[in-house]
Amino acid sequence: MKLPDLTELALRNLRESVLRNALTTIGISVGVASLVAMLSLGIGLQQLASRRLMKSGLFDTVVVTSRRDLRGFNRDDERSGPAPGESRILDESTRQQIEHLPNVLEAYPDIRFITELRFDDKPHLTTIAALPASARSNDAFESVRGNFFSSDSAPEAILQKTFAEELLGKTPKPGVDETDVKDLADPLVGKELTMRYAQREAAPSTDAKAENADATYSVVSREQKLKIVGVADLDPESMRGPTRARVFMPLGLAESLHVMQPTDLREISRAASDQPAYSSISVKVKNPAQIKAIEDAIKKMGFNTFSILDATRSLQQFFAVLDLFLGIFGSLALAVASIGIVNTLVMAILERRREIGIMKAIGASDGDVKKLFFAEAGAMGILGGIVGVALGWSIGQVINAATNIYLKRQSLPPEHFWAVPLWLVGAAILFAFLVSLAAGLYPAGRAARLDPVQALRYE
Amino acid sequence: MTNPTQVHKVSQNGAAAIHVEELRRQYRMGDTVIRAVDGVTLSIRSGEFVALLGSSGSGKSSVLNLIAGLDRPTSGSVIVGERDLAKLSREELAHYRLHTVGMVFQSFNLIASMTLAENVELPMRFAEVDRSRRDDLAREALTRVGLQARMKHRPSELSGGEQQRAALARALINRPRLLLADEPTGNLDSHTGSEIMNIVREFNQQLGMTVVMVTHERALAERYAQRLIFLADGKLVGDESNGAAAAGAHSSSSAGEQR
Repeated sequence: MKLPDLTELALRNLRESVLRNALTTIGISVGVASLVAMLSLGIGLQQLASRRLMKSGLFDTVVVTSRRDLRGFNRDDERSGPAPGESRILDESTRQQIEHLPNVLEAYPDIRFITELRFDDKPHLTTIAALPASARSNDAFESVRGNFFSSDSAPEAILQKTFAEELLGKTPKPGVDETDVKDLADPLVGKELTMRYAQREAAPSTDAKAENADATYSVVSREQKLKIVGVADLDPESMRGPTRARVFMPLGLAESLHVMQPTDLREISRAASDQPAYSSISVKVKNPAQIKAIEDAIKKMGFNTFSILDATRSLQQFFAVLDLFLGIFGSLALAVASIGIVNTLVMAILERRREIGIMKAIGASDGDVKKLFFAEAGAMGILGGIVGVALGWSIGQVINAATNIYLKRQSLPPEHFWAVPLWLVGAAILFAFLVSLAAGLYPAGRAARLDPVQALRYE
Repeated sequence: MTNPTQVHKVSQNGAAAIHVEELRRQYRMGDTVIRAVDGVTLSIRSGEFVALLGSSGSGKSSVLNLIAGLDRPTSGSVIVGERDLAKLSREELAHYRLHTVGMVFQSFNLIASMTLAENVELPMRFAEVDRSRRDDLAREALTRVGLQARMKHRPSELSGGEQQRAALARALINRPRLLLADEPTGNLDSHTGSEIMNIVREFNQQLGMTVVMVTHERALAERYAQRLIFLADGKLVGDESNGAAAAGAHSSSSAGEQR
């Protein structure tokens, strides 16, 4: 029999006992809906997590550290490559070398130190980080109240919200909504901070010709006034790596100050020079897709690297397992529904025994009868699949909306943690179709083997 | 066809449409073996109108089912044309039923959920005939049996005679050479029965179909069939040609014209 005829007869037969077949089809729909709901939750959560990581502004960033820095991010890095003692240090020349790699936008040193800031003659101990001018376009700094630095070397500072609260003596009480950034920025912007820091200064060489000149430098205590230009409301959790600090200053200014870095102590044997060593360098990449290649290139130069891709790799693994489990639970309902198909079709054989006998008597082959029952199973599968996807999508929308109402009550921003990609729609319908065909295997075979003489004998 | 004597007989009797040789069909019911057909040998010529007569349980319907390819013999052979049905695969048997045989039954056996037109064209769906041709042929066949006005009706809306006429149209639709009828008038009153038998005879005489009809009504058989074959307990007990059939044909067809 040809496919259009088969489809027509199958749909006609489904209409004949419409209640039973509709119930079976609803069973499949519920199965598909649960599968779609489970998987779209998994996919949605994965997308949400990825979006969060994207927002951190580190998706296009590789952090480079010297192998001498034993706080290496990756144990594998320690085992491979040159031993830590022989490896190179991160200095200005390596920074330029990295910056000249293809697809690198910029490479800037991460300068971060703990120091004392005086405000209203009261000392505050905190971490200061230097920001490159490009940070202005970073999503994380969109929320700055006030201004960004006027220039890369301006003696200016941007405060993290929690530090601003500390300066104003406002400690957030637990349970109370956090203070508005605006209330913090208004009294602070334009005021001055005094930063005390330790400057590393190359000692003037007494004998310039001495080949074996001892590496000497002196540490001089200095002060620098900084004007507060803005207050940033950054999510401390999303601020990873170099930007994790409470006060920010322009990178150009930070470099010119030659602030003593914690790593300097380990570099004590290094010849004194104006070339500072950096504890780490952040490399901005043109396109997140090139992260891997650039990481490899830098590793080849003998440094340790870390990128958010390393973090997402384990995240993706986690979500693959999560999706698998959600998929298995979702499929359980579909498996139950497929038993419903077997039941319905076996009932149909008993009911249509005579009809099958007639069809065989007038020339239907075993294959024709088999195909007819397969077509009925398949039609129920496709119909159930389509209805199920719609149902699953609706369930997702309702749960998403309900959760967002809840999030709003908790004063949290709404999130879209539900995603039904097009491939899932297609795959769910196809899966329902295949499961239904499998369920039709036994009934179709049984119908095809029916003896026409027996089937026609009884009224 | 591995038996050379069978081949010889078929070729000798060139006009034989059906040749049945030492046909046996046994059923097992618990411990007892029922011999429904017990060694029947007969030949039916092409274009013949044969009646299989016997009381119920005589094996006449079993012989018909074996000729129809609905059942397989326990032993012996059924040769139609050049093929031994006993040696065909299930697929080949289905093909044989579809293209060589048309069947009508006592209980009409139309599919209740389909209209007459759909019932009549169903064999063409199995034969994978194009839809446009199917519609034309179904209309033509229903017109031949006088049901052109009832095409869109379902079987339950029709009288028994009309249903049997639709079944005849269905049996005709793939232009088979054999028409096998199992008590075609059993559920009909005698007047309607005559109408049906006239159509059967028309198929036999105008279309040249070989007709094998199972019946227990000797009078009906004598009126229409050219040859009467008697069965009892699965065995052939009589085979006589019926000279009255020609006269009967004349009288009933003139009666049909008077109506």
